[in-house]
Amino acid sequence: MTNLLSLVDVNLASAASFRPELALTFGTMAMFILDLFWKNHPARPARLATGALLVLGVAAALLVSQPTAPGSLFNGMIATDGFATFFKWLFLLAAGLTVLISAPGKDFPPARLGEFYALLMAMVLGLFLMASATDLLMVYLSIELVSLVSYVLAGFKKGDRRAAEASLKYVIYGGVASGVMLFGMSYLFGLLGTTSIGQLAGRIQHLQASGLPAAATKLTLVVAMVLITAGVGYKIAAVPWHMWCPDVYEGAPTPFTAFLSVGPKAAGFAVALRLFYGALSGPSAVTAGFGEAVGGLPWPAIIGVMSVATMTLGNLTALAQTNLKRLLAYSSIAHAGYLLMGLSAASDRGVQAIMIYLLIYVVMNLGSFLVVILVAEATGSESILDYRGLAKRHPLAATAFAVFLFSLTGIPPFAGFVGKWYLFVAVLDRVPGPGGNWYAVLAIIGALNSAVSLYYYVRVVRAMFIDQPYAEPRQAPATPLMYQLLLSASAVAVLVFGLWWTPMIDWTSASLQIFKG
Amino acid sequence: MVPVQWYLLLAAVLFGVGLVGVLIKRNALIVMMCIELMLNAANLTFLAFARQQGNIGGHAIAFFVIAVAAAEAAVGLAIVIAIYRTTGSVNVDDVRELREEG
Repeated sequence: MTNLLSLVDVNLASAASFRPELALTFGTMAMFILDLFWKNHPARPARLATGALLVLGVAAALLVSQPTAPGSLFNGMIATDGFATFFKWLFLLAAGLTVLISAPGKDFPPARLGEFYALLMAMVLGLFLMASATDLLMVYLSIELVSLVSYVLAGFKKGDRRAAEASLKYVIYGGVASGVMLFGMSYLFGLLGTTSIGQLAGRIQHLQASGLPAAATKLTLVVAMVLITAGVGYKIAAVPWHMWCPDVYEGAPTPFTAFLSVGPKAAGFAVALRLFYGALSGPSAVTAGFGEAVGGLPWPAIIGVMSVATMTLGNLTALAQTNLKRLLAYSSIAHAGYLLMGLSAASDRGVQAIMIYLLIYVVMNLGSFLVVILVAEATGSESILDYRGLAKRHPLAATAFAVFLFSLTGIPPFAGFVGKWYLFVAVLDRVPGPGGNWYAVLAIIGALNSAVSLYYYVRVVRAMFIDQPYAEPRQAPATPLMYQLLLSASAVAVLVFGLWWTPMIDWTSASLQIFKG
Repeated sequence: MVPVQWYLLLAAVLFGVGLVGVLIKRNALIVMMCIELMLNAANLTFLAFARQQGNIGGHAIAFFVIAVAAAEAAVGLAIVIAIYRTTGSVNVDDVRELREEG
């Protein structure tokens, strides 16, 4: 009995370091109630957006006042560390921008905006938990929390065939992926007798020394780990678990697509980094070659192959797209591939490169989707044909979009170049070491892919600046001031951080501390 | 006492049935049932290992999974209803607005 009471004490003490999450939990409920109170208020969207921003602001304030010392909460379920805090800031930034984007838009009618904000807050809570989960059970629960909310929000438009279809495809793919991941976890639990991520490496070593048939245990271990990777790979839309991505991105309301392309992707990378780099790599990671076991599993090679497949397929399929939302969906798949290069490098530098890249990616991708929303509201279409002559109709949007697209390609002086530079440096660092040739191949394929991506990004820029308009433009409705402000701010941020990147480097190197239990 | 291998075998078969069902069945409701089958196969594996090792953690996980599976079924069925209202069918082959051109 005393034993159980001490567990309760740990939980109560943990609540003190769990305040941002608690704020989001109560904020979600408060948003649902406020939604009812302001049912017929004329300034409803503005009030609801203020409420949502307030919830995020309270969470941010509590995050600042959080004790910075790394530690384990709730009996090893989640951890507070610099790594988790970095990702939490990323999610708050993405959610705040999404709230601002969706308030003046037509994707969400005012009557249903409150529900969207409430569900968005719940999703941010799930993302927070994903970034700090240190137990396989918590990984599963947080991924499910994010997924369940995403299924609902993807089909948010009532009576819309495409929205319902996006939602159905998402729920089937997501359900299968989480089932496969859970099955992998059950075998890992059976082999190792623990679900704590921090203990995995030690137990694997113990298992290898235990005299069980080596080949059989190794095979089971690899299969279980691959099954778990399926669950994470589906969240970051990595090949071969990417099939849901273009359809869901196209069918979902665009502000939510924008959030989906940055939030869950970043959280998926947080889980992958904690699971592979945090738990399954020791000092041996730097000396082991490509294809050799790190922490008992040859995961750098598996991730490397996934990375090549993901970026190549994403970029080659994007070449043929004419719908901007689908094009950006395939581009986001390709970016997951670039990011996986950093994980495959299995070094602190690789992890830092991923964090820098994700930070830049949030701003440039949300900005790109904002232009898509703006054009869709003026023309009612997402076809590339409607981007012809955008430079004359809407110079600010066209210029900002060009900045974001060049940044996505990774051309200096835009911020995307800095992110890509660090990713490639992390991979090239491993070239002189053992198995370095494979890392060289990885870097070369990455560079070729960036060249391919230039083609389809520039196609859009050419349509906006050089091509003649497809049809005589109708009188476009006035752009909300909020969009103009957000576009300018994001474009300026992409430019400034492309030239002055020290703050990002300092912040990410200070956030590299991963709690290892 | 039934040895643990039998439970693992049954769970693996259930998982296989679920996975194959998701891939070949065309009715969205059956697909949802197959996903539930996969989750319960994982549950059975957790419980078999938990009993074999006397580790209560596996039992606790199974409870959480049951709750999440119920939530997923609720959301999934709501989406199937939305599909039925918009297309008049629950056949996944009839749901093909979103696809590659050409």
